[in-house]
Amino acid sequence: MIRFTARRLAIVIASLFASTLIVFAILAVLPGSTAQVILGTQATPDSVRALNQQLGLDKPLWQQYGNWLQQLVTGNLGTSYISQQQIGEQITQALRVTGPLVLFGMLIGLAIAFPAGIIGALRSGQRSGALVGAASQVGIAIPTFVGGILLIIIFPVKLHLLPASGFPGWSNPGQAIESLILPAVTLGLVEGAIISRYVRASISEVLQSDYLRTARAKGLTPGQALRRHGLRNALIPIVTVVGLELTGLIIGAIVVENVFTLPGLGQLLLQSVANRDLLMVRDIVMIVAAAVLIINMLVDLSYRVLDPRVMSRV
Amino acid sequence: MPVLSVRDLSVRAGDLPLVHGVSFDLSAGERVGLIGESGSGKSLTALAVMGLLGKGLTAQGQVLFEGQDLMSTTEKRRCQLRGNGLSMVFQEPMTALNPTMRVGRQIGEVLRVHRNLGKRAAREQARGLMERVDIPDPVHYERHYPHQLSGGQRQRIMLAMATACEPSVILADEPTTALDVTVQSRMLELMRKLVAEQNSALLLITHDLAVVSEMSDRILTMYGGHIVESGSTKSLLDHPRHPYTSALVATSNAVTVDSKAPAGALPMIEGSVPATGQFPTGCPFRDRCPRADEKCAVMPPLEPLGDQVVACWHPVPENAGDPASRVGA
Amino acid sequence: MSEGAVALTLEPEGVSLGRADDQSLRRRWAASPSALIGLILVLLVFVTALISLVWTPYPPLAVDPAHNLSGMSSSHLLGTDQYGRDVLSRVMSSAQITVYAGALAVFIAALIGIPAGLYAAWRGGAPGEAVLRLADLIYAFPALLAAITLSAAIGASTTTAMIAIGIAYTPVFIRVTRSNALLVLSSEYILAARSYGRRPLAIMRRHVLPNISATIIIQMTLLFSLAILAEAALDYLGLGTNPPTASWGNMLQDSQNYLNKDVMLSVWPGVAIFLTVLGSNLLGDGLGDVFDPRRKR
Repeated sequence: MIRFTARRLAIVIASLFASTLIVFAILAVLPGSTAQVILGTQATPDSVRALNQQLGLDKPLWQQYGNWLQQLVTGNLGTSYISQQQIGEQITQALRVTGPLVLFGMLIGLAIAFPAGIIGALRSGQRSGALVGAASQVGIAIPTFVGGILLIIIFPVKLHLLPASGFPGWSNPGQAIESLILPAVTLGLVEGAIISRYVRASISEVLQSDYLRTARAKGLTPGQALRRHGLRNALIPIVTVVGLELTGLIIGAIVVENVFTLPGLGQLLLQSVANRDLLMVRDIVMIVAAAVLIINMLVDLSYRVLDPRVMSRV
Repeated sequence: MPVLSVRDLSVRAGDLPLVHGVSFDLSAGERVGLIGESGSGKSLTALAVMGLLGKGLTAQGQVLFEGQDLMSTTEKRRCQLRGNGLSMVFQEPMTALNPTMRVGRQIGEVLRVHRNLGKRAAREQARGLMERVDIPDPVHYERHYPHQLSGGQRQRIMLAMATACEPSVILADEPTTALDVTVQSRMLELMRKLVAEQNSALLLITHDLAVVSEMSDRILTMYGGHIVESGSTKSLLDHPRHPYTSALVATSNAVTVDSKAPAGALPMIEGSVPATGQFPTGCPFRDRCPRADEKCAVMPPLEPLGDQVVACWHPVPENAGDPASRVGA
Repeated sequence: MSEGAVALTLEPEGVSLGRADDQSLRRRWAASPSALIGLILVLLVFVTALISLVWTPYPPLAVDPAHNLSGMSSSHLLGTDQYGRDVLSRVMSSAQITVYAGALAVFIAALIGIPAGLYAAWRGGAPGEAVLRLADLIYAFPALLAAITLSAAIGASTTTAMIAIGIAYTPVFIRVTRSNALLVLSSEYILAARSYGRRPLAIMRRHVLPNISATIIIQMTLLFSLAILAEAALDYLGLGTNPPTASWGNMLQDSQNYLNKDVMLSVWPGVAIFLTVLGSNLLGDGLGDVFDPRRKR
């Protein structure tokens, strides 16, 4: 297990390194200098040169890349040339919104997925099972931004319930949570629809397994057999999916934050793109990519803890 | 009085009958072999007795366990009896054991369910059970997962689970088929010992005549969802009267070393077992049977014939000589 | 079910188009209603895109400030937007963007992924392993994030976005192609073909591709749905199709400012996206049953 963890960690570090190269290459090497992109086409060569100097963009590429790596590793990301604020500070602020949003979204998603998936599996071939299947098919086909706008139409616009946009800050926890409800439900509905399909498939497979029949032959009731023998086995593939979907949620949050104008990482990213704050874009993209890679690693590790068969093979 | 008395047991998948009104008895301490090719309905019969038929399958008839009809009792009562009064050993121990639970706990669970034992007491007793099925060093092996054991060890664990509560009836569905030949005989020996110690009745399902001839007192032959012949092991194997049993015996003799079959002519049963629902009407064997005629379009009743009970209009004569020569290849 | 009832056919696990005669293929379509519904929805989008090339009720870009936000009426069936543009015409012409975007992303992913997958299957060893590692690396990078990054670097456009999406989903094709090709390559007739010196490319074209085409078509359909979903999201975020060209995503973004005036402005593009994604998902899922009846449970 330790050896496996070490190997997996090495892969993640290598992937992170490769990601920094890709992101750096896309943003630095592609047409036009960064300063040119920032200042727009009307900029005079002098102002471009001045900004390049200020940002250290006149140095050779490898040196720029080295500086950026150093910034990433030390966590000192420097100052945004657009907002004149600390980049690290702004990202931390944004994470205080995005973090809870993703978490609530996943909780809602799981709260939907498990009952729906289990009903779908137990009642397959019956009307209620088919209904759950159809509902999840519909849920998957609704993009988050369409679902979010629908919820805005239903609750704030028609029923005058819950805020349609904005975030008052955590100094007022009640209102803060209130304004996260609709965004989190938006994410949760879509994720719930996706995960419920895996829950259903996994439980169905377990229900047909020989060992569940053995458990019944030992005298366990159907419920006991499913709880004691079925769930853990069913959970193994589900954990993987939930982990992968967590990364999907982070990406989904980028969109949903823009539907509900929440000052999270997604909005910061989009604003930075609009403001041509490319250094900020670079940092945010790397942070999201790193989160995704690390989550994937954790999923892999937890899979090995849950499934004794995989563990002993390593 | 028999401990298990099956009366007119039928299994169907929707409208499709798979097992047709099967009846048989098991007495305490008796070992009965249930033979036939795969697809003949042996496993379904056992699962129906246990009340563990899969989705879409329904059973009708009576299953009298110690006088009580399991088919008309509550599910709760059936749960109390499963693993306790009657238990089952499955064919494939790799998939029949929970892959993510340590084997010690899987054995102990039976005792916790039926004997209301606590965690520790169940573990203690499970160790004893593992020793009883010849697994040395149970303290070491109880922490193993099924995939870490050999096929023979896994089947011993299954056996320990099935015999944990000293059930009156054990149904063993091809318990040695998945095992190496060298392990098979030790496994059978162990089963015979445990059944004798507990005075259990054993229904041994197999397609291997060598296994039944060694293990059972009595044999039931199944084909196409019907019991077509039954009798004592010796008389049935020496003088099979149903053409199907006769063919099975001939095939089996031909591949054993001391076969008297003429060299070069390996007897085979003509054709293959039809797919479910594809059996002919009347006698299910008539499309493969060398003795069949128009009369066989009606299913013959099971009737006593010599030392056996046979369902056939044209049974094989008792003194037909070596069985191998009777069936055309 | 009972033991002997299952007929086992030992074939590569990937589904194959087979040489089924048209009749049985048609019957299988009929037996898989969800695939049929999916096919109809997807065809609807394609037909709408084609029609909108030659005819829409109004020019989709024609501004008419006097009749803006008119609501549904006989002259504007789905109403008009804040500039008085006809919503039905814009919804119709957006289908072009959707088809273009989906097709472009699928084309790029397939163009890179299939040869790379075939190469990895054929070569195996270290080069094959290297292709797979690279695929893993790309796959770990979220597609939408890649598209946002690329848009930030070289400016937003439908094409930019779909190049990024296409590359991001290349690993899916690499993996599916490789694993299915491996199954075909290990079969006896390929070994025979290899042994009498058939060229790799000929074997790929004659034996491997036909046998894995069904699986690849299914993947293409599913990727089509992912791509149009991503395209709509990017348009909604303002990082895809540039206004004034209509797309369902940027129509949604515009309409969100007028929720208090006309809710339906958001509903139409939303429904269009939903039906298109639903259609290609159903088609992708159902195609498996159509191509391979054994897979149906």
